Amino acid sequence: MEKLRGRAAALLADGSVALIIGYEEGTKRPRPLFCRNSESTKKLIFDSRCINNLAVYITKKELVGKDRIAVTASISTLRSILQLYVENQLSEEKLLVLTVDLNGELREFVTFDEISAYVAQFELKRGEREQEILSKIEGMNREERWKFWLGEMSHCFKCYACRSACPLCYCSKCVVEVNRPQWINPWPAPLANMEWHINRAMHMVGRCTACGACGDACPVGIPIDLITRKMMKDMAPEFGYIPGQPAKQGNALSSWKLDDREQFIR
Amino acid sequence: METKYINISGLEQWFDAISASGKRIYAPVSARGQVDFMPVKHLNEVAKEYIQTTQSVKASVYPKAEVLFSYEKVHGKVNLTDFDPESVSETVLWKVHPCDAAGFKPLSAIFNWDTTDKLINAHLLKTTVVSYSCATADESCFCTSVNGSPGNVSGSDIQLTILSDGGAIAEILTAKGEALVALLPGVFEADRGDKKEKYLVDLPAKFSLEEVNAKLNKAFNSTVWKEQSERCIGCGACAFVCPTCACFDIQEDTHGSKGRRIRCWDACGFALFTMHTSGHNPREHQSQRWRQRILHKFSYMPERLSVVGCTGCGRCSRACPVDMNILEHITSIAEQ
Repeated sequence: MEKLRGRAAALLADGSVALIIGYEEGTKRPRPLFCRNSESTKKLIFDSRCINNLAVYITKKELVGKDRIAVTASISTLRSILQLYVENQLSEEKLLVLTVDLNGELREFVTFDEISAYVAQFELKRGEREQEILSKIEGMNREERWKFWLGEMSHCFKCYACRSACPLCYCSKCVVEVNRPQWINPWPAPLANMEWHINRAMHMVGRCTACGACGDACPVGIPIDLITRKMMKDMAPEFGYIPGQPAKQGNALSSWKLDDREQFIR
Repeated sequence: METKYINISGLEQWFDAISASGKRIYAPVSARGQVDFMPVKHLNEVAKEYIQTTQSVKASVYPKAEVLFSYEKVHGKVNLTDFDPESVSETVLWKVHPCDAAGFKPLSAIFNWDTTDKLINAHLLKTTVVSYSCATADESCFCTSVNGSPGNVSGSDIQLTILSDGGAIAEILTAKGEALVALLPGVFEADRGDKKEKYLVDLPAKFSLEEVNAKLNKAFNSTVWKEQSERCIGCGACAFVCPTCACFDIQEDTHGSKGRRIRCWDACGFALFTMHTSGHNPREHQSQRWRQRILHKFSYMPERLSVVGCTGCGRCSRACPVDMNILEHITSIAEQ
């Protein structure tokens, strides 16, 4: 921890970066911290309790401005950073990535290739809770699955915490907010909620890096992250994805190739 | 107002009598790993061990989405069907905590500020509130700092304080409360002189409202808003679990020549909330939206409606994905 704090203070002191996004102790669990001076780096912490995906902040212009910034990144955050880079949302010149490896050593990544090599060592794992609900859902038939999700979605009140917590939901205007035409009914109701969540899932296909931030953020406890995780699992063999690694070949539903094996696309 | 005693089996019998009367009963139920208000028929369905429901009880009088009116155009003539107050069912809200019951006053004050709101008034008229005083609290609770207390009776028609024998002190506070007792008056016994205070959680006040108000009056251009809101991700979780947040949106559900006009929850934390058609947004940054949230509750509402817009229930702090803790933030403003 002292190494991280020391390095963070030095980076701010010599002007290498203008802002360091990290974690501090919160009132219940660690929370995001924004360090703009050496003094504030004394509050920095980094351990397994730090679960917020900080990649969500690095595309916010009002927060990071045009300056070079640094971020302390968990494996989940690293995966999101790689996907954001693939989607042309980040540049290496503007971002320094710090992490603490399994041996407790401070690591610094200047290029995205370095991050990619580091992340490749880690397999994407499922938590026990996720696996339990996923197995339950996989055991259901189509009608039962629809009923399960309709029941879950009926609790949604459209606070959009799932969208706000997701590093890959960086659109300045979300499809749910487009009203000419109004694609999605914006009020909370079982079917209108389903419309929103299906849209969200379809926009995440082949992009989601399974950080689970959407599910963690949901105040009403909908296991919403499982939808995109399940899609990722189903898509991987069809589209040649490796779950947890960036979609370098392009996103499944927003890219096409002349030599696509399917006829309908030509 | 009258105080009575009711024993544990009397409570069950009375609950069954309310249920049999045809009134809808909403009470905290434990399901899906959360405790929230749901329709119940029997007292044994009501959740026991918990501090607070995830969502406030406000949806029972101010639903997430409600139809203001519907319309249909037939041969050039528009047939309008207005909201019908008679369509609202008699409802009993059971085991409401004092911080939730206290929320009805600010909520009603907002909706009846300049014009009276037909919808919420129809719901409030048909709602009877049976609150339970609080024997427990957690680190997010701060009702005692915002004019409340674990035994506050504001907004309640009856307040029960559960005693060690499982029975309760029943404070019958309003005519609606009396009517509910009248469904099975025999189970209510004379007050035994139990001391209510003995059964309430001790929750010292964390800040003074006057101090906060004085600080806020000079804080509009303070840097505190940006400092506090940097980590806010701009979702509406805090507003939607809040017992007093009342911001709404009006939406049109049109299908050909007929449709409905719907009022649904909105939140001042959303960037879109104040976006003008021109593209100009007077609250362009999250810090301005955070400032609005705090000033509205702790400055504008006390000033204009003579009621503080926060009941100290702590739900926003519990629901926030990034630990925007309102108690911590208000305390730090008071101490500045």
